[in-house]
Amino acid sequence: MDHHHEQSFVSKYIFSFDHKMIGKQYFTLAMTMGFIGGILAVLIRLQLGFPSRPWPFLENLFPTGMASGIMTPEFYVSLFTMHGTIMVFFLLSLLPVSGFGNFLIPLQIGARDMAFPFLNMLSFWTVVPGAIIVIISFFVEGGAAASGWTAYPPLSGIRSAIPGSGAGQTLWLVGMMFFVASFTMGGLNFVVTILNLRTKGLRLMRMPLTTWAQFVVGILGLLSFPALAAGALLLMFDRSLGTSFFLPAGIFIGDTLMPHEGGSPLLWQHLFWFLGHPEVYIIMLPAMGFTSDILATFCRRPIFGYRSMVYAIMAIGTLSFLVWGHHMFVSGMSPFLGSLFVVTTLAIAIPSAVKAFNWLFTIVKARIQFTSASLFALGVVSLFVTGGLTGIFLGTNAVDIQLHDTYFVVGHFHFIMAGAGLFGAFAAVYYWYPKMFGRMLSERLGKIHFWITFVAYYAVFFPMHYLGHSGMMRRIYDPNVYEYLAPLQPVNLFITIAAFVLFIGQLFFLWNYFVSMRRGAPAEANPWKSAGFEWSTPPKPGHGNWEGEIPEAHRWPYEYAAPGRKRDYTPQWEA
Amino acid sequence: MSTATASAPAAAASSRVDRRLVNRLGLFLGLGGITMLFAAFTSAYIVRSGGEDWTPLELPGAVWVSTILIVLSSGTLEMARRRFTGGALGAFRSWCAVTAALGVGFLLSQLNAWEALNEAGVYLQSHPKSSFFFVLTGVHGAHMIGGVIALLVLFAAAALGRLRPERSDAPALTAIYWHFTGGLWIYLLAVLSLLG
Repeated sequence: MDHHHEQSFVSKYIFSFDHKMIGKQYFTLAMTMGFIGGILAVLIRLQLGFPSRPWPFLENLFPTGMASGIMTPEFYVSLFTMHGTIMVFFLLSLLPVSGFGNFLIPLQIGARDMAFPFLNMLSFWTVVPGAIIVIISFFVEGGAAASGWTAYPPLSGIRSAIPGSGAGQTLWLVGMMFFVASFTMGGLNFVVTILNLRTKGLRLMRMPLTTWAQFVVGILGLLSFPALAAGALLLMFDRSLGTSFFLPAGIFIGDTLMPHEGGSPLLWQHLFWFLGHPEVYIIMLPAMGFTSDILATFCRRPIFGYRSMVYAIMAIGTLSFLVWGHHMFVSGMSPFLGSLFVVTTLAIAIPSAVKAFNWLFTIVKARIQFTSASLFALGVVSLFVTGGLTGIFLGTNAVDIQLHDTYFVVGHFHFIMAGAGLFGAFAAVYYWYPKMFGRMLSERLGKIHFWITFVAYYAVFFPMHYLGHSGMMRRIYDPNVYEYLAPLQPVNLFITIAAFVLFIGQLFFLWNYFVSMRRGAPAEANPWKSAGFEWSTPPKPGHGNWEGEIPEAHRWPYEYAAPGRKRDYTPQWEA
Repeated sequence: MSTATASAPAAAASSRVDRRLVNRLGLFLGLGGITMLFAAFTSAYIVRSGGEDWTPLELPGAVWVSTILIVLSSGTLEMARRRFTGGALGAFRSWCAVTAALGVGFLLSQLNAWEALNEAGVYLQSHPKSSFFFVLTGVHGAHMIGGVIALLVLFAAAALGRLRPERSDAPALTAIYWHFTGGLWIYLLAVLSLLG
């Protein structure tokens, strides 16, 4: 196959088969969706910081949701539902997994492309309609879905339940079906590529931890997302065709008794969280991989405990299928079953701690080069430890019964999953941008971006633990309706201001990302003097990645500061 | 760790890749995904069958006709695959056509089963078991349609002379998929008749 032929605009930029272009397409889509998700977050904080205060100019943007400038409760519920959906699936899954997975896997294992380039292209063009459908759902009658990103029935199962349960919820389910189809195709491609297309000498135990993470993520996606597809299909039948898979008897909407009987809302929760918890690690594992690769490069040290890191990734992947019940401690599930889920959940702390300690041993006494990439990678370690510790609280059912559905949970998962995932993605962009666009990002803007993001992130989400501990509910529209929550209003105001700062901080990143594509300093082939295989390619590799033969791999990707060598690193591809 | 073999130039990785292996692994992973889909349905079925409103359902006789057709079709496709490896492309085409016809027959027989239920007054929304019957047979039927399309593509490719036994693995891949959907049907039949 000829990989270096001239291509038309359409085959190069739109229906491209090149894994790097497809990766960049995912970046563009994910960043657009992330920007929208960020605006939704700002609107949520606007309501919580200034409950029910009129903002007349917003009426022009949202004529029904913010009629006369005051946010309606229905709109608020749609906002947090869609914020969660967009961020979890369309930013935090698409950017690190579909984006960086596609971009990096062939480069890191010495392959010219993914195993199934056509499937790869198809996978991207399957998720695009999903994203469009999800965005369109804001503009249908009743507004976007409003049953939370977990879409629990009966709220999501009865079309007349609340305005968002109508067309908005239908589009949500259809959009998710597209997402599931795309993501499983992608996962299949990852696994086959990694197992079959490695270059000579690149044994499994010489793969960088980023690729190891993507490998396990591919398997997780392939095995867990079908459960969501099954659940979503049954839910659609309940909504439109009168079945009762999830809907129990005796539900009244207004004065009307619904015809359903015998269904089990708990069944949906089991199906959803059988996907939902692996999904958390689908987001987390790539961030862990990026962090390992980036810390090794900028500490100029081999990653500490490589083998234990690989086994930890596998252990986390396996355990992620056995812990879903910890989301359901208060659902009426058998307490005996709950106790089993406590044990499996706390067991995840072991491989997680292995990773955290290995990072610390890599960092300790190293002369760290503080670049934007390494700062964000250190940020991952910080957020991961903070969020991991609060996870132990929530993973214990006795404590969770108190904290469930409070802001403590919101704080927790914004650290561990959202935060560490996001910081990992930022670290990866700063690190691999030279390979993506052949140019360097501005380090100055990058560091400004890091410090605003890091400080504002803690300012937004750390106080939420306090709010939750004080009893503020997770999905509350106006905390002031309860007398005991009114004294917390200054904290909510503080969080809102910090959230605005956090949002504005991201504009530095967007500016840097788009302007540097044209004006950034030209990048060398290996600007960070990394030992990883992906840096053996030209500064801006073409389709096929290597111009001549693909080099052989002679060692692992973490050969830094080896004694007896002139340089402090020996690349994987040098004999 | 480094073992320098500078004398032998590195072979181009793409030529070392066994496409047959790649395609088969891809297919098996895809089947793994489908298995998880039906595993999720099964677990929902088991949970729901414990409910108080669970009503037994006598399966219509047509499902046994379907079963015979799908078992036969696996046999005829196996004939097709063997003729293909033997280089007998004409016989391959005929057996492909027979298999596709049996596949369509299976789908029609499943429709017949649906109609028989409707005539007996049992609909999708009648009770949980009937809901599961329609959903499981429907989703399985969708996968069968995919198989029939693959067979028709194979038939057309063979007719146009685009398939070469020494190079193409497509008939073998289609056969694996087809046998899998056949086995899946036997499994679903067992679930529907033995559980609840």
